[in-house]
Amino acid sequence: MSMKSSTRQVDGVTIIDLSGRITLGEGSVVLRDTVRDLLSKGNKKILLNLGDVNYIDSSGIGELVSAYTTARNQGGELKLLNLTKKVHDLLQITKLYTVFDVKDDEAAAVKAFTK
Amino acid sequence: MSKDRVSYTLDSTLDTVNSAEETAGRMAAEAGFDDEDVMKISMAVREAAVNAVLHGNAYDPNKKVTLDFERTAQDLVITIRDQGKGLDASKIPDPLAPENLMKTSGRGIFLIRSFMDEVEIHPSQTGTELRMIKHVRGNATDSKEAFQ
Repeated sequence: MSMKSSTRQVDGVTIIDLSGRITLGEGSVVLRDTVRDLLSKGNKKILLNLGDVNYIDSSGIGELVSAYTTARNQGGELKLLNLTKKVHDLLQITKLYTVFDVKDDEAAAVKAFTK
Repeated sequence: MSKDRVSYTLDSTLDTVNSAEETAGRMAAEAGFDDEDVMKISMAVREAAVNAVLHGNAYDPNKKVTLDFERTAQDLVITIRDQGKGLDASKIPDPLAPENLMKTSGRGIFLIRSFMDEVEIHPSQTGTELRMIKHVRGNATDSKEAFQ
């Protein structure tokens, strides 16, 4: 299954709901294009909801890192929400879990963005 | 498991990466591995296929990727070969080093080593052979678990 993405706004935070696989090829490109498009339009607070992402490969991990650094370099913030066990474990073994700001409650995650 | 061997010759395309992953998952499930190990094995093969197609053969339509699965009573042995310049594993930076942590690539071999029990990389002037082994649970003496 390829990746699907949709966005919504909650209290000034753009939530990207992702589902499917973030892998080399289509999935990574969708994530990259979505984040860059939002940033270019001034949406600097981005919450990536990965609750329905059931698979991610090293390219997908790289894309998450790229999204995070791209947002920061443009004065924005990017947080992760609702990691599945697979994604959580991958971020743990790659030592990225503590790099990302990871949340498991949407309302709390939205409030955690800088006002 | 009875001794069994299957070999595939594949084009240097993204489809090869996906089909290698799917085939590995099927072979691992047929070999009796549990869901978590099936995921680890299929992901390791996906990462190896990405290396072979992108970094080894560089999408060259004249170069092939070969994928071998061998099932023995003790192991699932998977070998993937490309026709590239040869991967020097000693030059791959440690993706866990602080200076590399935020790099957007370079984690493939690390993940393969994390997910499989034994990994050997044999580069040559005619390509790279990556051989990886997953022990059937209970037979491993030196297995390491990535997810603890």
